[in-house]
Amino acid sequence: MDGTINLLLEKYSHSRRDSLIPILQEIQEEVGYLSEEAIVKVGNHLNIPTSKIYGLATFYNQFRFEPKGKYHIQVCHGTACHLFGAIRIIDIIERKLKVKAGQTTRNGKFSLEIVPCIGACAQAPVISVNGEYHSNLTEDHLGQVLIDLNGE
Amino acid sequence: MQFNIEVNNRVIEARKGETILSTLYRNGIKVPTLCNMKDLSPTGACRICVVEVEGKENLITSCSYPVEESMRIKTHSPRVVKARKTLVELLLSNHPDDCLYCERNGCCELQDLAIDLNIRERRISGKKSRHKLDLSSPSIIRDPAKCILCGRCVRVCDEIQSVSTLDFLNRGSKTLIGTAMARDLNFSSCINCGRCVMVCPTGALHEHGYMDEVLDSLNNSSLNVIVQYGPAVTVSLAEEFGIKPGKDINGLINAALRKIGFKYIFDTAFAADVVVMETVETLMQKLESNDGFPVISSCCPAWIKYAEQFYPDALPLISTCKSPQQVLGSIIKSYFASEQGINPNSIYSVSIMPCLAKKFEAQREEMTHKTISDVDVVLTTREFSRLIQLYGIDMHNIEPQTPDSPFGVRSSASKLFGASGGTTEAILRTLHFKMTGKEMSSMKYQELRMVNGVKEVAVKIGGKEINIVIANGLTGIRNLMEGILNKTINAHFIEIMACPGGCVNGGGQPFKSDDKDVKARMRTLYDIDDIDSLKVSHKNPLVIDLYEKYLDKEGSDKAKRQLHTCYSKRDVLL
Repeated sequence: MDGTINLLLEKYSHSRRDSLIPILQEIQEEVGYLSEEAIVKVGNHLNIPTSKIYGLATFYNQFRFEPKGKYHIQVCHGTACHLFGAIRIIDIIERKLKVKAGQTTRNGKFSLEIVPCIGACAQAPVISVNGEYHSNLTEDHLGQVLIDLNGE
Repeated sequence: MQFNIEVNNRVIEARKGETILSTLYRNGIKVPTLCNMKDLSPTGACRICVVEVEGKENLITSCSYPVEESMRIKTHSPRVVKARKTLVELLLSNHPDDCLYCERNGCCELQDLAIDLNIRERRISGKKSRHKLDLSSPSIIRDPAKCILCGRCVRVCDEIQSVSTLDFLNRGSKTLIGTAMARDLNFSSCINCGRCVMVCPTGALHEHGYMDEVLDSLNNSSLNVIVQYGPAVTVSLAEEFGIKPGKDINGLINAALRKIGFKYIFDTAFAADVVVMETVETLMQKLESNDGFPVISSCCPAWIKYAEQFYPDALPLISTCKSPQQVLGSIIKSYFASEQGINPNSIYSVSIMPCLAKKFEAQREEMTHKTISDVDVVLTTREFSRLIQLYGIDMHNIEPQTPDSPFGVRSSASKLFGASGGTTEAILRTLHFKMTGKEMSSMKYQELRMVNGVKEVAVKIGGKEINIVIANGLTGIRNLMEGILNKTINAHFIEIMACPGGCVNGGGQPFKSDDKDVKARMRTLYDIDDIDSLKVSHKNPLVIDLYEKYLDKEGSDKAKRQLHTCYSKRDVLL
């Protein structure tokens, strides 16, 4: 991971603070999350205090501060999914997997993320597990998806 | 450029480029605000300063809006007052109802505003956010439940101190003020200077108080409770008792402390004289070899932590002599204890300081000898005033007394430690004597006084030029430190105080004091120096005594062991 971040920062060798968000996005893309080490490195690189980077990163839903789990579950909370019960879905997942939004389970198996919209409004409510969509979810259907994942 | 605007049907003069609020304040018109701070960037976060401007549909935040020609403004129209009231009611709807138990009860800007706006019932009730109290720091407690998100602490930490420990985390209703990776304060880059506590309008940031510990030990007859007080405390405490700012009540403080029941009372200024002797010795040695400059002052514990975090390469330059508080603490538990035949373990050493970082300093590992800490507990000026009230002492009706021997005499030079530049002035007086063998004809170094920010000064002592840098407030500190490390700034001695103006403006001083009060405190220190006959540390008979009886001479092995220490790099998220 060390090398990945260094390599990535080399690309931004003449950058200033306006590159902060693109850099953070790329790190998350490559490494999966923003570690403390990554935030410190970006801070040194752009000469920005870590508190400011952490403040900015926590402002946006897109950034996470723990590694993704083996199964990364994204729950769509766009307008359509909200109307079709996304909150209920989040609640069930949080209870069944004992994980909160933005966190990863201790065994590293599941991580949960709430995203504004994943662009499948016609099939609301939708979740995505490692990029694979489960659409028109009912409680039973969701329960089955979780059981299947847990069994694997 | 100047032009006229109309405010509340009165014509007043405005200057181009200033905000509406500055114009109003300059003309004596009072508009409340919870987030605005003089000289710092406006944010319009609290919106309490809204005013009605003719021709504008919405109310305007006067703190962030530039004044325009021929504006017609209403500052207290029914619409404005209603808006302010609603804003405060909304803030209160998510605020704990525990004013009686709050540190800031009676000196809280939110409470004052609620009273001013005649808020007498809870009209808006809603779900309150739940937060955890951060008790980790020995100096500062964070209570996010009381935070109104005005952002003053964030700005003062960024713009005045250039430490940037704090920022807004998360967003919307989940927003809170926090540190990098949401760490507790004690594990963050916080230097404990307490500037944030001084500007916090509520009790969200307040000092870590140790009143109970002090009371318990006062009530414990097996303990010898000894107290010392800093030079800047005597010129500020009066304000807490309604006496005019800048009044020196040194004698009354001694009397009050004796009434409270402290067994021995010492003035930290005595130890400042010792610090002068030790620092001058270091300077003399370096002048002889003409190597190892600059020597950087070590009196300010907030600056020390700043250096440990941001400039570990500069640590070898920092004077190894401890601060006056720690020097006196160390002498009390060694020399004084053995002189009096007291077991050091039975001494409870209390220190009253104008500072929050001193609380942190007293707990440092470097400040202990064989597991006995030099100073056990530190109270601020504010806590001290409450202690006096708790014991029912009427400060208007007691007679002044003197501190106890054997540390009962101080030079007026040591008193100057309370103001930025004063440490240097005291050191230069003794340095002059050591270098030339003669006393200075005039003791004053006017160019070292009332410095704002960073100032380089060259003084001549016996034909030799001594270069000095004075810095207070950490705004310009980065340029200074870079200059020192890459040797573009060549100085012999550098004095750094984290608080603007020095300890007279410390984070433990009375709330609600302004620039004028701080200046008054500073002037009093200079006035004391003007009338005092003992103006130099090296002539303090009790300091001479201490060296003869105990420390041998300046820089001796014993002095090194008791009074000196060193610091190391500190790993925190910067």
